[in-house]
Amino acid sequence: MIALLLRDLRLSVRSGGGFGLGLAFFLLVTILVPLGVGPESALHARIAAGILWIGALLACLLSLDRIFALDHEDGSLDLLVTAPMPLEGIVAVKALAHWLVTGLPLTLAAPLLGVLLNLPVHGYPWLFVSLLVGTPALSVIGTFGAALIVGLKRGGLLLSLLVLPLYVPTLIYGAEAAQRGADGLPALVPLALLAAISAGSAALLPFASAQALRINLR
Amino acid sequence: MQVSGRFLPWVAGLAALCLVVGLIWGFFLTPDDYRQGATVKIIFLHVPSALVAINGWMVMLVASLIWLIRRHHVSALVAKAAAPVGITMTVIALMTGAIWGQPMWGTWWAWDPRLTSFLILFMFYLGYIALWQAIEDPDTAADLTSVLCMVGSVFAILSRYAVLFWNQGLHQGASLSMDKQQHMSDTYWYPLVLCMAGFMLLFLALVLLRTRTEVRRRRLQALILRERMA
Repeated sequence: MIALLLRDLRLSVRSGGGFGLGLAFFLLVTILVPLGVGPESALHARIAAGILWIGALLACLLSLDRIFALDHEDGSLDLLVTAPMPLEGIVAVKALAHWLVTGLPLTLAAPLLGVLLNLPVHGYPWLFVSLLVGTPALSVIGTFGAALIVGLKRGGLLLSLLVLPLYVPTLIYGAEAAQRGADGLPALVPLALLAAISAGSAALLPFASAQALRINLR
Repeated sequence: MQVSGRFLPWVAGLAALCLVVGLIWGFFLTPDDYRQGATVKIIFLHVPSALVAINGWMVMLVASLIWLIRRHHVSALVAKAAAPVGITMTVIALMTGAIWGQPMWGTWWAWDPRLTSFLILFMFYLGYIALWQAIEDPDTAADLTSVLCMVGSVFAILSRYAVLFWNQGLHQGASLSMDKQQHMSDTYWYPLVLCMAGFMLLFLALVLLRTRTEVRRRRLQALILRERMA
């Protein structure tokens, strides 16, 4: 499993595109929003937490179809399915690798981009922690979506249609935690609920994803 | 097929009867509300369609479970047939709500928990139908959409509570419930019950009809395949 994780990490770093693309997209969203809503910094401070969460979510969405597509094309996914390892474990490792190359960098970059959006000072730890807790859920749910459409030729748009409704609770609790933190309100409740969603989907969704993969590769 | 063929005209006829009587009663024979005026009568479309929209998803969930457990082909087709009817009901509920909301709340749309959950339900229906459309092989499509339906149900319920957490609403609480307490005058209650029964029967009739169409399509494909083999 560790070998698979290392292989996935190496592939995503070296094959170009996947690794930096999400970060670049995140940066673009944060630059475009002030251009769209105007230069008023009080407004930016109010919406910063929500914008950063939406940016992270979209950047995550962008890289989802790469989780299984490349492996499916060159046939290594078939080998992985027949490998002497539970498919659920393989799916979980794939999700972990996706989180390490998209969720984690996005979490680390978010405080820097918060400066651009004039996020209030006491909001930074909450933003960072909420993204750290919430992005694993995005990766795991996204892996499920990617497993559903793995055999399809043009699955990209369908993938976003399938995954976005599933992202709703994560986005609501995550953005709420970051927003309350930025407003100086107690934010532990949404953070706890966010953590519950992350933990629950990390524990249960790999089974559904593995089932979808089995169906697709039948 | 035989049983459903015999039942279908009766169900459709009963649905038409309930709807015609219920809607005429509701629209023309009930008094105007003293504060809402005639707009109160949109309830006879809004409440039944919302009810059917939610229960349509439940039907899909049960049918998907039966398909996954017993591999009964008709249940997969029922789930497929129910989705477009359900999404239509969702749209009707959203539209009638907006039409009522404009004079009453002063806005077509508000990010109220109930409205938002219904919009999310709409998105779930959309994704489900899109997945059915996208996959060629019927058995694979049935399997994958069943898995999606189950995971989606869990997340739909999560979203429902997340949305409640996120905003306090403008929409009134539930006036109709199974408890004995009455929240509504009988003059509105009887035609509303009739309309709800009518919408349920309409849903049943449409799903039966669409399922029969799907079964015939399957048979036709099998015949074409056999022809080509020979």
